[in-house]
Amino acid sequence: MTRITVKVDGVEYSDDVEPRTLLVHYLRETLGKVGTVVGCDTSNCGACTVHLDGRSVKSCSVLAVQAHGHEVTTIEGIAPAGGLHPMQQAFHDNHALQCGFCTPGMIMQAIDLLAENPDPSEQEIREGLEGNLCRCTGYHNIVKAVSAAAKAGE
Amino acid sequence: MIPVAFEYVAPTSVADALGALAAAGDDGKVIAGGQSLLPVLRMRLNAPETVIDLGRIESLRGIRDGGDHLVIGAMTPHAEVLASDLVREHAAVLHEAVATVADPQIRHRGTLGGAVVHADPAGDLGAPLLALDATMVIVGPGGERTVPATEFYHDIFATAVGDGELLTEVRIPKHTGWGAAYEKFTRAAQQWAIIGVAATVRTQGGQIVEAKVGLTNMGSTPVRARAAEADLVGRHADDCGQACGRAAEGTNPPSDLNGDADYRRHLAGVLTARAVRAAMAG
Amino acid sequence: MTAVDDRPEVEIGQARRRKEDHRLITGRTRWTDNIQLPGMLHLAMVRSPFAHATITSIDTSEAAAAPGVIAVFTGKDIADIQGVNITAWPLSANQKTPTHLPVPLERVSHAGEIVAIVAARSAALARDAAELVDVDYDELPAVLDLKEAATDAVLAHPDLGTNKSDVWTLDSAAAGTGGDVDEAIAKARETGVVIEREYRQQRLIPAFMEPRSTVVDPTGEQVVMWTATQVPHVLRFCIAATTGLPESKIRVIAPDVGGGFGGKLQSTPEEFATLAVARKLGRPCKYTETRSETMVSGHHGRDQWQRLTLCATKDGTVTGLKVDLLADLGAYAALVGGGVPVLGAWMFNAIYKFPAYRFTTSNYYTNKTWVDAYRGAGRPEATYAIERLMDELAAEVGVDAIAIREKNWIKHDEFPFTTVAGMTYDSGNYEAATERALELFGYDALRAEQAQRRASGDPVQLGIGVSTFTEMCGLAPSRILGALNYGAGGWENASIRMLSTGTVEVLTGASAHGQGHETAFSQIVADRLGVPFDSVEVLHGDTQISTKGMDTYGSRSLVVGGEALVRAADKVIEKARPIAAHLLEASADDVEFSAGTFTVRGTEKGISITDVALQTWTGHNLPDGVEPSLDADATFDPDNFSFPHGTHLCAMEVDTETGATRMRSYVCVDDIGTVINPLIVEGQVHGGLAQGIGQALFEGAEYDDQGTLTTGSLVDYTIPSAADLINFVTDRTTTPATYTSLGTKGVGEAGTIASTPAVVNAVVDAVRHLGVNDIVMPCTPERVWKAIQHAGSAANGGAQ
Repeated sequence: MTRITVKVDGVEYSDDVEPRTLLVHYLRETLGKVGTVVGCDTSNCGACTVHLDGRSVKSCSVLAVQAHGHEVTTIEGIAPAGGLHPMQQAFHDNHALQCGFCTPGMIMQAIDLLAENPDPSEQEIREGLEGNLCRCTGYHNIVKAVSAAAKAGE
Repeated sequence: MIPVAFEYVAPTSVADALGALAAAGDDGKVIAGGQSLLPVLRMRLNAPETVIDLGRIESLRGIRDGGDHLVIGAMTPHAEVLASDLVREHAAVLHEAVATVADPQIRHRGTLGGAVVHADPAGDLGAPLLALDATMVIVGPGGERTVPATEFYHDIFATAVGDGELLTEVRIPKHTGWGAAYEKFTRAAQQWAIIGVAATVRTQGGQIVEAKVGLTNMGSTPVRARAAEADLVGRHADDCGQACGRAAEGTNPPSDLNGDADYRRHLAGVLTARAVRAAMAG
Repeated sequence: MTAVDDRPEVEIGQARRRKEDHRLITGRTRWTDNIQLPGMLHLAMVRSPFAHATITSIDTSEAAAAPGVIAVFTGKDIADIQGVNITAWPLSANQKTPTHLPVPLERVSHAGEIVAIVAARSAALARDAAELVDVDYDELPAVLDLKEAATDAVLAHPDLGTNKSDVWTLDSAAAGTGGDVDEAIAKARETGVVIEREYRQQRLIPAFMEPRSTVVDPTGEQVVMWTATQVPHVLRFCIAATTGLPESKIRVIAPDVGGGFGGKLQSTPEEFATLAVARKLGRPCKYTETRSETMVSGHHGRDQWQRLTLCATKDGTVTGLKVDLLADLGAYAALVGGGVPVLGAWMFNAIYKFPAYRFTTSNYYTNKTWVDAYRGAGRPEATYAIERLMDELAAEVGVDAIAIREKNWIKHDEFPFTTVAGMTYDSGNYEAATERALELFGYDALRAEQAQRRASGDPVQLGIGVSTFTEMCGLAPSRILGALNYGAGGWENASIRMLSTGTVEVLTGASAHGQGHETAFSQIVADRLGVPFDSVEVLHGDTQISTKGMDTYGSRSLVVGGEALVRAADKVIEKARPIAAHLLEASADDVEFSAGTFTVRGTEKGISITDVALQTWTGHNLPDGVEPSLDADATFDPDNFSFPHGTHLCAMEVDTETGATRMRSYVCVDDIGTVINPLIVEGQVHGGLAQGIGQALFEGAEYDDQGTLTTGSLVDYTIPSAADLINFVTDRTTTPATYTSLGTKGVGEAGTIASTPAVVNAVVDAVRHLGVNDIVMPCTPERVWKAIQHAGSAANGGAQ
């Protein structure tokens, strides 16, 4: 067991973890942050995307011990109290989700995308989301939602 | 899935890392960004007893100007290489190639050194580093040594980095003013390269003075397209097709679900022409 | 302002944002894998690495002694209660059906079958111990290729004596719905045109994003199973029918389910094994699969060879179609199983007036993962074949691809139309949908560009693909299912509870997993009962809440389940009417109901249905003999299928130097009848298109010659990402179905069914002038490039 201290969604946690524990399993099983999900075992799907020190990462491909001393933000930590993050709102308004399994990761990556490029073209949005798979939407409305969020943020 | 249990060490200096590596012996495994290693561990295709994390060694991270060359620390994430003005100006073909590595999340976490030592023949960074005549800096119990990129790659997943050694940095001679392009051919955006062509050229008045072409996934290691390079000297954009068609000479490409060896050889010629022309135009 | 003031006059047709979204976008979703119960154990499966082998021994002792392990089970340990994964659709009494035990006792029949189960205190410890289970196998010869299976040289199940499961035929001459197809072909060989082709429907993997997960709690009076399924009601039946557990003792809950596409229309070995272990141990157990396990163990789709003969007159009027299918069922007959190819039998003739038709499917077992429904199930295969053939016919007789279809399709004024396959299409307007699609696409301009690129020998050629499809949805009239030997009905159930404080609970037997039922069904009930959209709560996916149901697949939920809702709502109104009349001191005959209010005809006197509900709840002042309840339920069994249709047009660029393809534009005009929520409809079309495009260009499950799935992860099984697709242009025409009051026809599968042939037709069209008339799916760059090379060398050979 290794002692780690991690700030997750604004709250600092200290826990003993097995070194082999993936960050996503630490979030889900130790902290109960089940909004972040596991969709594959090869880091293709991106469903587990969170922010580590403000940049998007796939939490299935980070060990919990590697997050020691760092700050993690999940889908559960982005909305203001009683409200929605503009990206969450854009996904809702544009029907950018169906089953919703990819959605937390997709939203977290979309936020990162706009942080890096506040005014992306359609192609830049598509390439920025290429590490996140969705099987329901054909991405059409996801691209629309990210584009709408970018315009709303101008 | 969950990896097999292991011990975890996070040294804060290269010396400590070498010590940890020596202590772990054959059962130790270095983790850099972990973007290739963690899927392997999760699938239980590998089960090291000790994982040595280089993530807390600050000296291994960063890009600096070394005068006639650039120095990129092995633990520099792809995203930093991509964003670097130094790389864009002096090693443009690396900039072009690193933009195509995996996806944004993996580029945030994955590192140049990790990708280079992993040595997947379909990885995108070997070809541009070969084309740029990069030098790899390796440290071990016996001290530091340098290995030219052309001698660095031994086979699939095998490099000059021996047991008990670490790659610490990559030195890239400045190719200031060289045109550059990376043509990555996939059948879906997420896929590894079926093949890739990293071309960088120096031209004068529309004529090629010097051309360097690295190939991705045209063999068990990245390779230089030497015959094409030699043939390209003196040519122009509109008469370079035949020279580029020689790109596959001497290569031994794999056959898999995405294409057989003949198809890859054909692609090498077509894409080399495109890369060279794009490099000349850029 | 109150919600009531904001309310649109009619809900149906409004682009309501979904009720489901909030929990999904904030990460408060209830996936099965999120569930934690006191004392819950975690399971790991030991799976066969061999495609076909006898299990000679299993030593579980080392695993049982490993840290955190509570118990290890083999098939023999749970043999008394594990049940059987049954097929609901034996095609005939003669069908050969291997017994599909969730955990086989003696022989494994495909790689990935479960041979032992470890129960431990954590998922990691269970996985660790699973690697310590020592299984000895004697490998048996495996049959992996469908055509080889048809020879019976190697048997997937030696005890069956053959690989052939069954043969099923639909012959228009025998059925009296058309002529003799062999005569038609013979005649065309003399005086007309005969097109013979063999198309491959490659094996696909549904690849829903949520891996399957099951939690079983055996500690209460009822055994409760939470599971990532499309079919909680059907699953409960299967458990009761085969495990010895009485149906009344089983509660199945499908909480939030992350996609299915047919892939979760199954009773799975994993569900049955988890149930058996939980019952044996008397403790809650959870099993969540990895993606690699999903790929190898969850059922696959498609996998057919289609041998096709289309005959026509020289002007392109089709005179007959003969279809011979070879269908690979994999190792077992799955829930729908052998019925999947049969679902295509009525669709090969599509929107056309063919005078003669014969369909035969021969279903075979192989030692590969089982095959069952995947989005469209039978209909995409049929649509692909006929829409590819119509393009081939157009090329053969030198007629435009649109014109050849128009020449043969059923005209708008010919509906209702009974087809050569015996289906009665109640409505349709192919002319309108096609006209609109051509306009949006800019067909003539693209044809002009294509001609220019051909003339100039541009290395990037342009192709245009057409697909004018129809499908049969709203599965299904129970009598027809019975006649086809299907084991269940096709009705759907709905109940409405009028709560005392003005809100309404709607219980539906449909089980959504991304479709947006909570929103669309709320709109239907809001309109019918005249209550606010936000006052309606739709509950589903729990056999204890929505007690009766046939679940969600086959574009049936709205068509069949929506109609059940309407009928339940009408019963509520009729129950409320005499109470309203009593309260208004009027005769029931004088009371009218409109927009949520009962009024006495010709007066201002009125009472809202929610006030009637409150008065009914108190029971203080009801007419004599009237029960104090407005609640009602209805079960709707349709008289016919519904027949959505549409025209899809695709433009593809093909790089002839590399074989790479790039989608330029995609336009579809679908006619799905009445639209309840256009936002949801468009989303369904977009997602359907992506999956159909996936089959055309990206996806295919491949095995090596040892029977190992080589596309066993999302690295090698390439589903398209955002960067691989484009924005789609969607539009609609509206020709309502005539068999239901709502007039809806279903939209869940339309995009998938129509798009695959549209894309492949476009790719082939781009290089047809180079001598190419087919490219095997998925049309990878290598295949496209090689098709061009082969055509080129064939042309040169011909010239010599």
